[in-house]
Amino acid sequence: MNLALFIPELALVATAVIVILLDLLTEQKRLLAQVSISGLVVAGGVTVAMWGHNFPTIFNNMLAVDNFALFFKMLFLGVAFLVILSSVDYVIKFARFQGEYYALVLLATLGMMLMAATTNLIAIYIAIELTSISLYALVGFLKDAKSTEASLKYLLLGAVASAVLLYGMALIFGFTGKTNLHDIAQSIQALSPPTLFASPALILGIVLLVAGFGFKIAAVPFQMWVPDVYEGAPTPITAYLSVASKAAGFAIILRVFFSAFGQPDWLSQNWGLIFAGLAVISMTLGNIMAIPQSNIKRLLGYSSIAQAGYLMVGLAALGVSPVGDILGQSGVLFFLASYVFTNMGAFIAVIAISGKLNSDLIDDYAGMGKRAPLLALALTLCLISLIGMPPAAGFMAKFYIFSAAVQHDLLWLVVIAVLNSVISAYYYLRVVKVMWLGQAASQEKVPSSAALRLALVLSCLGVLLLGIIPGYMMRLAELAARIFIP
Amino acid sequence: MGSGYLTTILFLPAVGAALIAFALAGRPRLIKWTAAIFTAIPLILAIVLFVQFDRSPEAAGLIQFEEKVLWIAALNANYHLGVDGLSLPLTLLTAFLGFLAVLISWKIDLRVREYFAWLLLLETSILGVFLSLDLLLFFIMWEIEVIPMYFLINIWGSGRKEYSAIKYVVYTLFGSAFMLAGILSIYFTTGSLNMVEIAQGGLAMVQTALPAAAIFWLLLIGFAVKLPVFPLHTWLPDAHTDAPTAVSVMLAGVLIKMGGYGMLRLCVSLFPEVAKGYALLLVILAVVNVLYGAAVTMRQTDFKRLIAYSSISHMGYVLLGIFALGQLSMVGATLQMFSHGLVTGLLFAMVGLVMHNAHERDLRQLGGLARQIPIIAVVFSIAGLASLGLPTTSGFAAEFLVFVGSFSSTIVPGIQVYTILGVLGVVVTAGYILWMLQRAFYGPVLERYNGTPDADILERVYMFAFVAVIMLVGIYPAILTDVIKLGISPIVGLLGG
Repeated sequence: MNLALFIPELALVATAVIVILLDLLTEQKRLLAQVSISGLVVAGGVTVAMWGHNFPTIFNNMLAVDNFALFFKMLFLGVAFLVILSSVDYVIKFARFQGEYYALVLLATLGMMLMAATTNLIAIYIAIELTSISLYALVGFLKDAKSTEASLKYLLLGAVASAVLLYGMALIFGFTGKTNLHDIAQSIQALSPPTLFASPALILGIVLLVAGFGFKIAAVPFQMWVPDVYEGAPTPITAYLSVASKAAGFAIILRVFFSAFGQPDWLSQNWGLIFAGLAVISMTLGNIMAIPQSNIKRLLGYSSIAQAGYLMVGLAALGVSPVGDILGQSGVLFFLASYVFTNMGAFIAVIAISGKLNSDLIDDYAGMGKRAPLLALALTLCLISLIGMPPAAGFMAKFYIFSAAVQHDLLWLVVIAVLNSVISAYYYLRVVKVMWLGQAASQEKVPSSAALRLALVLSCLGVLLLGIIPGYMMRLAELAARIFIP
Repeated sequence: MGSGYLTTILFLPAVGAALIAFALAGRPRLIKWTAAIFTAIPLILAIVLFVQFDRSPEAAGLIQFEEKVLWIAALNANYHLGVDGLSLPLTLLTAFLGFLAVLISWKIDLRVREYFAWLLLLETSILGVFLSLDLLLFFIMWEIEVIPMYFLINIWGSGRKEYSAIKYVVYTLFGSAFMLAGILSIYFTTGSLNMVEIAQGGLAMVQTALPAAAIFWLLLIGFAVKLPVFPLHTWLPDAHTDAPTAVSVMLAGVLIKMGGYGMLRLCVSLFPEVAKGYALLLVILAVVNVLYGAAVTMRQTDFKRLIAYSSISHMGYVLLGIFALGQLSMVGATLQMFSHGLVTGLLFAMVGLVMHNAHERDLRQLGGLARQIPIIAVVFSIAGLASLGLPTTSGFAAEFLVFVGSFSSTIVPGIQVYTILGVLGVVVTAGYILWMLQRAFYGPVLERYNGTPDADILERVYMFAFVAVIMLVGIYPAILTDVIKLGISPIVGLLGG
């Protein structure tokens, strides 16, 4: 066993412990953020250095250290970095428990990194629970009525989702007798199609897995928790949920469905179609429900449901594509990368603006173009990216993912998806309109801290870079997706 | 002229926009001068480009001033620019109107910095549409244009500006949604995003999973929204009417030409056989456009809305010329795009002047203005006559070519009948233009308009520029048709005519 390959995770655990202990000793709470960030930087540096080598799996085939896992680890570390930067001023609201806040963020990150790396059903379950429990606590951190309600709701629905997931895993284990994804794949392929058809256990197991993971990525009809939790949670945590938690869900779906159920073809085509159906209802309902929203966090919540729909277009494409074709996978990875920058940017702008206004109502954003031109410009850029318009990253992401779908005769799905983008333009631009055209209630400027500005600049740079010269990230995504070529 | 020439033309306005947005806050005079300089240089460069363009018959179908750099390896997409006989006139027109739009906007004093930044960005994106030879780049430029337009109409517009702005955005995105699906289908049919390469036989070789006709229609919907083609035209009167003057000029002048250009460049060039198959249907739609547009124009009482509706009718001629599929008719259609850009651009500029100076846009309230503002009245009349196609103006040359070309085209059965129906549109045009001029400028002089200021020096300068070019093209259309022919002849070759 090679513990050296586990350094990024160990670094996070160590940082989390240090942060908690340090919280007891120091009155300088900013130090906690600095320590957390240094821990993330160390973990990130090691992760980057590990890129490109073909390391063996560790912990008795439990964890893979392949490019796919590393790609997601970098993504999660990056998101955690931005989340902590944007929390520096926000955590003052909590007064106490700042150490726990940062530690929980780090532990959730750890859970997600494990989610991207696990190749075993049991480890997957543990990784998901590690992430979820940290997030349940984080959502309730504000301890006001809404935040508590959100936390409870998330906990209860999350527990149901976990139970469903576990039941699905149990069925698959019962059917194949294995928990390792590759072993599962082998025992499925060894069976003749009639036997597979005759046994509903496998199909039921897969459907339950879709439901369990669907909760993580907030796909309709497993999205009930999203609006309330997004609204009630501390905004940096909302950002974290909407970006990292969703990306982790997709990482695990890609890994499980491709490693375990990628073969035979008829099987993958069937779950491909399940995702196509989920994509259609997620996009459509997410977008339509977003239109009447008056709270920016709820609006972004519904928008993230719609974005999960676009991502599932990629899942559908890779389901129906023949083995060895990784355009769908790299499309999903690239979309996730661009979505991370875009949504983080949007939420950071919201944190900055709402922090000053003490309100999340879209109407209160009126006149932001005058009061905080750069914040408004950044938010506008991110919203344009969410619509999927050039020159922002969102356009390239959609182009890439839809091109995978068109290649596999899913043109109908692409047409539905692009028409959905048109609907989404309506509500995203409403926010833009309010900011630039609305009459400001006061002329007071909206200041923002250096940490927030740095986080915002990084996100916006990412959005523009991925939109204008996406080649490098596409190359990375493609390299990461190579693991799906048998 | 080495490589990078087109890039300079393309991005100078955008550089100007960035400069204005981030470096010149609070200095409105300097902003206006910067905007003027950063649009004047592209205009000069475009004129030099036009002069240097190789017009010899051997240059037919050749891309000139080509620039090609690998952009996204994973998608096989290139940063690929170039001009041919089809795109050169429209590029020139865009640079011309882009510069004049800045002059027309000189009196803007609301949020000056943002206004000029968006206006310049708009110019870059339109230039990009005409200069791109890569489908992805083309589509990106096509989409970028929406954002400046949204802000320009929304903030500096009048009337129901917010409604018009979002309507414009939704219509455009609706069209480009289908276009994107079409472009993706082409990409996977051929594995290429290079327009030139695909037109030279990519599609003919590969059998598509999707019928070629489906891709043709996906693309056509996108272009038809922009041109606009009945029944997708309803955004146009709202957007044109509520936009600020200079933006109406750009909108009517070059933006809607992107639709006609796209039809020629993609629909007809890439799918000649399909285009033949559906030509009759599209010709009929063209005639509906002409007659319906003209009929609706006739009963408008709002000055600006009247001009807006007349565009629908005139774009019908473009559609007719394109899908008559004859060499002469397509040359005529392209010339009509150029001419309409000038004429309607001038008309919108003049309407803007009248509205600004007389504070009235209802034709029923206006009258007898020729006495009070003679210069505006004369130039307005010239523009009006050019619009109805009076000889010696560009309008005549263009419409004449469209009609002669369509009438003699052999590809569409019964085209003669439709051409004659189309010609009827000219009669109606003469009716509403002359009636409009009569209502606004002639008749009894109204005292309440005494003291209305006439055009000042700056306004006379751009009026003169417009009129000079309209006359030049009207008297010597070969200056353009020689160029356009080079772009059209390969398309005719593909059609086997």
